[in-house]
Amino acid sequence: MTSPTTAARPTSAAPAKAPKPTRLTRAERRAVTAKNRLTSRTASGLALVIALLWTVPTFGLAVTSFRGSRRQITTTGWWKALWPSNWGDFSLTNYQTALGSQNKLGTYFVNSFVVTLPSVLIPITLALLAAYAFAWIDFRGRNILFIAVFSLQVVPIQVTMIPLLTQYVNWGLNGTYWVLWLSHAMFGLPLAIFLLHNFMREIPRELVEAARVDGAGHVQVFLRVILPLMTPAIASFAIFQFLWVWNDLLVALAFAGNTPEVAPLTARLSDMVGSRGSAWHLLSAGAFISMVVPLAVFLALQRFFVRGLLAGSVKG
Amino acid sequence: MLPTTRKALPLLAVALLITGLSACGDSGTDNTSSKSATGAATDTAAAGDTDTDTDTDTGTDNTDTDTQAATGDDACAAYAQYGDLSGTKVTVYATFIDQEGSEYEASWAQFANCTGAEIAYEGSREFEAQLPVRVEAGAAPDIAILPQPGLLRTMVATGQVKPAPAAVEANVDQYWSASWKDYGTVDGTFYAAPLGASAKSFVWYSPAMFADAGYSIPTTWDELVALTEQIAADGVAKPWCVGIESGTATGWPATDWVEDMVLRFAGGANYDKWVAHEIPFNDPSIVTSLEEMGALIHNEDYVNAGIGNVQSIAAEPWTDAGYPIVDGTCYLHRAASFYQTNWTTLDPELTVGEDGDVWAFPLPGLTADSKPTIGGGDFVAAFSDRPEVQAFQAFLASPEWANAKATATPQGWVTANSGLDASLLQSPMDQLAFSVLADPGVEFRFDGSDLMPSEVGAGSFWTEMTNYFAQDKSPQEVLDAIEASWPK
Amino acid sequence: MDLLLHPESPGDKLLLMVIAIALFVVVTGAILALLSLPRRLPRWLAALGFLGPAVLAVCFGLVYPALVTINNSLKDRSGSRYIGLGNYVQAFTEGQFLVVLRNSVLWVVLVPVAATALGLLYAALVDRTRYEKLAKTLMFLPMAISMVGASIIWKFVYDNKVGLLSQAYVGVAKLFGQEVTAPQWLMNAPANTLFLIVVMVWIQAGFAMTVLSAAIKAIPDDITEAAMLDGLTAWQLFRTITVPMIRPSIVVVLTTVAMTSLKAFDVVRTMTGGNYDTSVIANEFYTQSFTNQNKGMGAALAVLLFVIVIPVIAYNVRQLKRSEDVR
Repeated sequence: MTSPTTAARPTSAAPAKAPKPTRLTRAERRAVTAKNRLTSRTASGLALVIALLWTVPTFGLAVTSFRGSRRQITTTGWWKALWPSNWGDFSLTNYQTALGSQNKLGTYFVNSFVVTLPSVLIPITLALLAAYAFAWIDFRGRNILFIAVFSLQVVPIQVTMIPLLTQYVNWGLNGTYWVLWLSHAMFGLPLAIFLLHNFMREIPRELVEAARVDGAGHVQVFLRVILPLMTPAIASFAIFQFLWVWNDLLVALAFAGNTPEVAPLTARLSDMVGSRGSAWHLLSAGAFISMVVPLAVFLALQRFFVRGLLAGSVKG
Repeated sequence: MLPTTRKALPLLAVALLITGLSACGDSGTDNTSSKSATGAATDTAAAGDTDTDTDTDTGTDNTDTDTQAATGDDACAAYAQYGDLSGTKVTVYATFIDQEGSEYEASWAQFANCTGAEIAYEGSREFEAQLPVRVEAGAAPDIAILPQPGLLRTMVATGQVKPAPAAVEANVDQYWSASWKDYGTVDGTFYAAPLGASAKSFVWYSPAMFADAGYSIPTTWDELVALTEQIAADGVAKPWCVGIESGTATGWPATDWVEDMVLRFAGGANYDKWVAHEIPFNDPSIVTSLEEMGALIHNEDYVNAGIGNVQSIAAEPWTDAGYPIVDGTCYLHRAASFYQTNWTTLDPELTVGEDGDVWAFPLPGLTADSKPTIGGGDFVAAFSDRPEVQAFQAFLASPEWANAKATATPQGWVTANSGLDASLLQSPMDQLAFSVLADPGVEFRFDGSDLMPSEVGAGSFWTEMTNYFAQDKSPQEVLDAIEASWPK
Repeated sequence: MDLLLHPESPGDKLLLMVIAIALFVVVTGAILALLSLPRRLPRWLAALGFLGPAVLAVCFGLVYPALVTINNSLKDRSGSRYIGLGNYVQAFTEGQFLVVLRNSVLWVVLVPVAATALGLLYAALVDRTRYEKLAKTLMFLPMAISMVGASIIWKFVYDNKVGLLSQAYVGVAKLFGQEVTAPQWLMNAPANTLFLIVVMVWIQAGFAMTVLSAAIKAIPDDITEAAMLDGLTAWQLFRTITVPMIRPSIVVVLTTVAMTSLKAFDVVRTMTGGNYDTSVIANEFYTQSFTNQNKGMGAALAVLLFVIVIPVIAYNVRQLKRSEDVR
């Protein structure tokens, strides 16, 4: 860890040498705060601009999803609907159609949920174990194996379809939840290991060594020392694995098929545009319905993005 | 793993919330569906039953089959020939989804009721990519409905498609023309019976606008060109509106245009050679055909009404491209019979019919008595020869199925099965399309791009036609590029 | 058996899910219990226990299909006959291929750099602010939206008639007294590739922001506080503390986004269908494998994805070595 330590040393050493902050003259202090206020104002401005750029397109979709007819959507810009005189055009038609009883969204929602939860839990657990081995167990060929594993991220899922489906058919498991869980877990592993390993490496060696001196084996170190410190990393990967599985269409269609028995919400939503793709305006509503859950997960897991887990554990 | 269980709690909460939400949605739409159900009863045409209000249609379909089942022996008499298939299951895989999918399911519900066989239907937009994967992995469906003969050839090459059983062949010999049987034949073996069909050579227009301007329906190509010139000279609106954007399939509507032109200006014999690559793709007769097309729709004076310039043709979704006719900014839009559902998707208020908001006339031939038309169709391939699969195949090739399908479909389906009782077709456009398909005087050709290798028919033909409009390539350049891409 | 393989009711499905999770927990627990039994665990056994399940899964799910793919890339279109390097030769000699290659390189360079830079900047800017949660959610939104949703969203930006960009362009021109019609943004090469890349950056920045935000929060408070007491400005803090401290995470994010954008084809496919010189290797791969059913060529293009990513992997190897040396 060159960078953190080199960067940390001069600064963390500085306060010891430097006079206490109270020693700054009042004028100097005022100057510093003024400068900081100025930068923080530019910072907020910049953040606001980025946030706007990122949100406006989605906002457009949100407005669109409440616009009545397909015809309006494709002939006038969505912002025209915001003019007060056009407010009467807003309607819930798209949502009513999307949520209509014929679409049985409830069934597909359960399917999505049943597919997703194990598909998030399994790769995270396996990846945590693997990342621990890559970070804290010294064995021959460790680096090569690690590189091989994370490089597998580049394998497009499409090339796995025929070989894997052939095996699943042999096992008589195609079309069941089991192969979806297995597939999602396998496809998520390289990135999971890569990400979690990165965070795991950051944990100060002293912590691990102290525990080992106390007689803790690898399993104890993993469970008692490492896991608690990994909460933010686990949360951030969980968010994404959840997202990918939730929004997946390809894996579900390839290994389980488009039947009400297993197909996820995405399969149903993408079908809403009709065989000839003409009813795509319904997708704007559909996209928002399916977005609610990943957003809720994001907000819920943000709680675990806690600061200062390592506070006081780093040597000065 | 304590954190995990804590993480699951918010998820569950959300789960409950959503299920609750969709339950509310259910009750909401139930109200509307009862309303439109009464509307549909009085107005059988097309207006009420659109792609969008799916509830109504399946609602009525279900009750239909229920009552039929209740009548018992009589209704099942026609199905006695298929025997007792109780306890068997036939899996069917196709492209039809949503509303269209439920129409198909309704069409064989009675078969399932009477024979006891379970028909497990699966529709997918990814059908064409997924079917080969499944077949190769050993998970082929019992029956696949292939949207084009090219895919049949690919599937037959895997060695897993079963030749059509005798009962199917008998039905096809009796009810279809020889050329339709040919499309389902690979290397002399008959595999796949035709199912649905479409007629593609139509020009959509507004009867009211034509009446106002005093225009009459052209019956020859020269009259069509003269009408185009007349409309441009009158200057109320431009004559043509065209759009060929279709997501990953952008360009296909233009290939239909080209095929129509080739059939007219190069002739039927050359059309067949061109499709089979017995003459090069850029044969001079094809160049001429494309130039004739360009004179109409690659011409700033005649396009692209209410949408933009020639380049806008490439960007305009084909699903929307005819709509300027309703706005009064365009007079003519060439599209297939199945375009009728697009009108009502765009605006449920529109009526399709001779005295409705929009209607269509056949794209004229060079002379008034030549009736060249192109069309498409889908084919039933079987990957299993179990008795119940063969029975179901035979049923799909029978007039009984065609009649059941017509009854179950408010609009947007026809077949070339001559045993169909045309009066059962519910929309006037479907009746018009069926009359074209059944007319022995029509010079019918199958959609050429569906017969070409997919590198061309679903590849360079699409992309080069897109470039023709988007990047102003010349006809010769376009055809040269496609010729170069023909797999050796 | 029916419950285990084909559950019908929602209750059965949820029950099956619980059973599956329980099964997994039991197996994992058993492995961990076994590993903690011996007093002194041999190193290879520990490595095997911790790594075994993951490596096994990855070998079956990814390595084996990858090997099949490499093998297929040497065969003809139906996969029945070996033709040596024919597919690769054809890929490289086909007229359009150089454009596709150029586009792929643009994607694999620009998307990670832009997405990571923006995600990092944003994560740092909103860190410790009152609106942090909301602000982060806003950038995360595009990730949560499905690919279909995203393609509609950007249709409403680039569309010639109803697109925000087109209207803004016309509006600005009007301010300067010019009457113009908006260009077809996605049709005119080579700028159209950049417009597509913007979409991918828009999607991926949320990923970069989330991971880097977690990394920023892992910086020990005492270090930042000390720096602040030193009177460092926000920008100096960002440059001299934040970035160097989370450098490994930045490398991880760059790498991940690079690999994701290399194999992503949905943006290209849904927005231009690969027309107008916007195609990328992943899109060609999809077309050859699924539209044209040319298995050999499809496989060869997939293998080219591995090849392009080699520099990225090499860079990671160097980073890994550097950090090993320090530890």
